[in-house]
Amino acid sequence: MSDIAIRIENLSKMYQIVARTREETLRDQLATWTKSLFVRNGLRRSASARIIWALQDVSLEVKQGEVIGIIGRNGAGKSTLLKILSRITGPDKGRAEIRGRVGSLLEVGTGFHFELSGRENIYLNGAVLGMKKKEIDRKFDEIVAFADIEKFIDTPVKHYSSGMYVRLAFAVAAHLETEILLADEVLSVGDVEFQKKCLGKMGDIAKQGRTVLFVSHNMGTVLTLCPRAILLRFGQLIHDGPSESTIKDYLSNLSATSADAFGDNPERAGNGAVQLVSARVFNEVGQASSHLIAGRSAAFEFRYKNFSSERRGINFMFTIFNNLGIAVSTFDLSHSRKLVDANGQGGVITCHIPDLPLPIGEYRAGALLTVNSEVADWIPNILVFQVDNSNFFSSGRNPPVQLSTCLIRHEWQQGDELEVTPELQATRTQ
Amino acid sequence: MSETAERHGADAPVIYIEALNPTGVDFKELWQHRELIYYLVWREIKVRYKQTIIGAAWAIVQPLMTMTIFTIIFGYFAKLPSDGHPYALFTYVAILPWIYFSQAVGRGTNSLVGDSNLIKKVYFPRLIVPLCAAIAPMIDFFFGFLVLLGMMVWFDASITVRIIGLPFVLILALAASFSVILWLSPMNARYRDINLTIPFLLQVWMYASPVVYPLSLVPPQWRFLYSLNPMVGVIEGFRWALLGASMPALDTFAPAILVVGALLWSGVVFFRRMEPKFADIL
Repeated sequence: MSDIAIRIENLSKMYQIVARTREETLRDQLATWTKSLFVRNGLRRSASARIIWALQDVSLEVKQGEVIGIIGRNGAGKSTLLKILSRITGPDKGRAEIRGRVGSLLEVGTGFHFELSGRENIYLNGAVLGMKKKEIDRKFDEIVAFADIEKFIDTPVKHYSSGMYVRLAFAVAAHLETEILLADEVLSVGDVEFQKKCLGKMGDIAKQGRTVLFVSHNMGTVLTLCPRAILLRFGQLIHDGPSESTIKDYLSNLSATSADAFGDNPERAGNGAVQLVSARVFNEVGQASSHLIAGRSAAFEFRYKNFSSERRGINFMFTIFNNLGIAVSTFDLSHSRKLVDANGQGGVITCHIPDLPLPIGEYRAGALLTVNSEVADWIPNILVFQVDNSNFFSSGRNPPVQLSTCLIRHEWQQGDELEVTPELQATRTQ
Repeated sequence: MSETAERHGADAPVIYIEALNPTGVDFKELWQHRELIYYLVWREIKVRYKQTIIGAAWAIVQPLMTMTIFTIIFGYFAKLPSDGHPYALFTYVAILPWIYFSQAVGRGTNSLVGDSNLIKKVYFPRLIVPLCAAIAPMIDFFFGFLVLLGMMVWFDASITVRIIGLPFVLILALAASFSVILWLSPMNARYRDINLTIPFLLQVWMYASPVVYPLSLVPPQWRFLYSLNPMVGVIEGFRWALLGASMPALDTFAPAILVVGALLWSGVVFFRRMEPKFADIL
């Protein structure tokens, strides 16, 4: 008996973007199509088609009980890999071998029907995920309790709030007991309280000795849950190793490509009503620079263009992430009771930080423009900068990066053992 | 080593994923998924009459209304022959399997598209989708069948031993609709035009089947071509089992079985061949 749970050899998957030409008549289409019914893969036309390898020669071995994080940009092939391993779609080349019952959670609530009650959906969803009725019977109360919806269990799901809906959906998924679990970002559901609960549950699953492949964009989660992580880029496996080193590789690559954050950026999202056109960082003497000093002032400048007639309700925010992908802080214009003054075709927004409280290290910023709460432009990798030196504490010294995500102004107080302050006295007598 | 891994370690199933997918049918795997089949059929039935006023009564109203209209127009006005049976009973016996078939094909054609959220997110043998689409309307059929039994008492039609042939005819009807769905649902996944042609196709198909008229009305020289339509065999089988019409001649019944068999086999091959692309084209 081998202790390898998943063995992947040269797995490849291609997609063909077929450029349809105008000359193509219905008759031609029918001909090719009729052919496709009888010839395997007959629908593929080599001419005028662009091939995209969603996954290219990926090989990987996963031992039983390993918890592996899969990271990479959007479109890097993470989901494609999970889909092939889940047997949702077939590979074009290569093979994979999986030992054990596989449960795949590519989303929560797959197969939920709005007209059915919570109870009925638990059974339906459970069956869809591959649970046996007996298994669901046994875990039913636990699932309901976890989702915290006892009172509404016989109400049709369409009357649920979105929070209740995802709680129930996650609860069913979390009780799937397969030896191998393929999960895609299922943690990003519900309110903060429930997210903690989900994270705890995922932690439990990881500790039960089950094999887990976990796709996530949240580096913090990957770091906590997965000892090992792999990095995919353009369908290829770039890095395989301890999570920390994989994440660093991923983030350093993000910085390398940040120059074209505004161009062909697959990470960018939004309806484009208002768009960011440039982003710069200024150091304490007002020079544009990507090298900053902690404790000195810094300014972040963003330029945008307004392509819509919208003048009001435009908000802007940006978030600074450290090199582990953890959000250090978010700067939201509306939190200062302001909105973007979009009087003309565009403008500049600058955010001044009087004394930068960041430990030495590499940072990345993501920026978001919304119009009436709808995402107009979101660039998660708009800027990269470094904090090289620190003048935050007058000593010029800093705690190591592993032990701090931000620097906090503070004061010390000390006293002689004999001179007990009244406050200290109060705590001692308790 | 953990409890879970130990429990399953030795006899853990091994899944092989390869570029070439098998085109046969894995009956063992289908059997393992029997509970899913049950729940998907159950969902179809449960959801179908949700938020309607008369609910499941629709299963009875529809064939009864159709029978009334046909009896007035074809039986009373057009005076079509009915092989010596009351026209209402004669046509109702055919309407039941016909409505079953048209519902199965009508809904089944869109079944892959309708369940695309499942197909894109979870693995299960894809054949389950058209299979459930073919099974679910059987329930409506049974409600309509109860009405038929009442009608037979009303019209004083005696039930003969031939009724034991009914399950066989039912299976033929199920196989016929399943095989048609096997062909149409992947085509519809690729080109949604298919679904739009279904109402028209079914209308033509109904008049090409002996629903409102007896088989005897078809000129003998056209009989063979006519009986290539498997619904001819199905409907004549129903009339034979329930009304005691003369045993359908071998030249009516044999083509139906052969055509359904051929459609089923080729349908499975076609469906399995299209299967790996479903998640990408849906």
